Amino acid sequence: MDAMFAILAGVFIAVAIYLLLARSLLRVLLGLAILGNGINLLILVAGRLTRAAPPILRAGVAAPDGPIANPLPQALILTAIVIGFALFTFLLTLTYRSYQALGTGDADAMRQAEPTPSPNPPLGY
Amino acid sequence: MQSLPTSLSAWVIVLPVILPLVAAALLLIAGRRTSFAAFLSMATAFVVGVAELTLLLDVMADGPLSMTMGRWLPPFGISFTADTLGAGFALVAAFVTLVVLAYVQSDPPETPIRPAFYALVLLLLAGVNGAFLTGDLFNLYVWFEVMLISSFGLLVVSGATPALDGAVKYGLINFVGTSLFLLALGLVYGALGTLNMADIVGAAAKASPAVMASIAALLLLAFGVKAAAFPVNAWLPASYHTPPAAISALFGGLLTKVGVYALLRALLMLLPASRDWLHPAIALVSCATLILAPVGALAETNLRRAIGYLLIGGIGAAIAGVALPNLSGASGAAAYVVNSMLTISALYLTAGLIERATGQVDIRRMGGLYVRNTPLAVLFLLLVVTVAGVPPFLGFWPKLLLVQAAVERFATGGPSDGWAIALAACLLINALLTLIAGARLWAQIFWREALDGDAAASSPPERNGRPAFNLAATAILAAVIAVAGLWPAPLLDFARAAGAGLLDPGRYVAAVGLAGGR
Repeated sequence: MDAMFAILAGVFIAVAIYLLLARSLLRVLLGLAILGNGINLLILVAGRLTRAAPPILRAGVAAPDGPIANPLPQALILTAIVIGFALFTFLLTLTYRSYQALGTGDADAMRQAEPTPSPNPPLGY
Repeated sequence: MQSLPTSLSAWVIVLPVILPLVAAALLLIAGRRTSFAAFLSMATAFVVGVAELTLLLDVMADGPLSMTMGRWLPPFGISFTADTLGAGFALVAAFVTLVVLAYVQSDPPETPIRPAFYALVLLLLAGVNGAFLTGDLFNLYVWFEVMLISSFGLLVVSGATPALDGAVKYGLINFVGTSLFLLALGLVYGALGTLNMADIVGAAAKASPAVMASIAALLLLAFGVKAAAFPVNAWLPASYHTPPAAISALFGGLLTKVGVYALLRALLMLLPASRDWLHPAIALVSCATLILAPVGALAETNLRRAIGYLLIGGIGAAIAGVALPNLSGASGAAAYVVNSMLTISALYLTAGLIERATGQVDIRRMGGLYVRNTPLAVLFLLLVVTVAGVPPFLGFWPKLLLVQAAVERFATGGPSDGWAIALAACLLINALLTLIAGARLWAQIFWREALDGDAAASSPPERNGRPAFNLAATAILAAVIAVAGLWPAPLLDFARAAGAGLLDPGRYVAAVGLAGGR
């Protein structure tokens, strides 16, 4: 099962990279969202998937009696989801604002910060 | 579970993170008045700097210091571990932040510095300090994101359209960069079952070299994006010139350096065997960055964009230290990062003063400023020779160490001889090209005659604000740079201790409380 999930994570990341290579910012944003999900899936697999008991001990017991699931990947993923969501929403708003201000969602056409054609440098003093 | 007792003195490790976070939260709640916000943020940066100075002195005297959170034994709890490298970088970061905050005080009132600016600067400082002091790879990721979100805010705080344009490019690329870091981190956890840096040092040596090398390659790409190393550097000149100059200075001084720090930490200390696999790639990246960045600066007409290219050239020099993994190389990289933090911030602040004095951002429309503002001309020239590495200025000493590292590596022989010589040559060519580019900027802005019909020449556009105060803040930074250049012993002592700590992490591992350090 681990291998299947690992391949699935790979598919997610491949799709994300394809979308990230687009010039349209909307596609890039979708790529970012998928990339985050692919990575979260990968962290889950990295902790090894198991059908063992949940990692919760009964009261008064110091150690589990059988194999238990790994709780750490979930903590990592939860953190990554929160951070990723915050940054993604910010970028979404930012892209919308820049679409309003610049009138384009095409990364190649956004030339306010880097005017093209770039001027020639001065050749003398 | 019995935990290690945390001595009271170990709390000084987390102060540089907690204080700015608390102060930033306070400012967001109650910081409506700009004067209060300015005072609180400067006081916080000062206290953080003092805490980091004591931390650095402690660490240099007694070796690395570690504290693990929440009564969990390492490697399960999140460790904060300060070694010489991290503590020293954090100290310089706090100093640069303090100077930038002082500089902003005398900006004219129409500049878009609002109370939110101070909260964001403090959050940025917390993120940078956290990244320098953490001993856990996942925690490093979290601090990267804290830095990223506050830098987004700072970039668009002016609300200008070019800033939005720059912020979109900066934001998307950097988010991809940190996502790649998270990906590598997931693979580290899958391969080693631990994310504690001290634990990784021991575990990585026993893991499959091919797996670790591919993870190291991913880390190289991710941190390369953050540091703006050559093939993935285009976001930096696209965005760093768009916010107000003070924010450019803060970014130029702090953000890319955290990427370099992470590269040093990950490739020299955590995965040295994988670094040897990637050696040609790292050397190539370093050489290309060293040569191409100053060429970009030569071709640039926008002053702050040109400084951005000079900044990228310095990143190439710091990465040369990763490509030359002996004591001189690691020390040279550590010293270069300190030099670059100070010098690049000062250059951006000076560029802000120049832009205010001339009312222009394009060097083709500047000229003759030497007559009107001689102190500024001296300041800029000092910084140009520093960034190029002319002796006896600050930039010379790290480059000397790096060239020495290349020569040593060539002398000891091995399969990488060619790269060592190429790196030494690139470092020297970089110094020459940087000097040409910087001197050309200086000649354009200050030395040539003022342009005919230049309105700015007859009536200076400094209507309000107190430019003398801005100049004072920048001059203090430049004075520190000049003194550190003339008296380099403290910097070199720091660099040697930092480099030794990177190459031999035994004391680092022992400080975290994990036995069996190599």
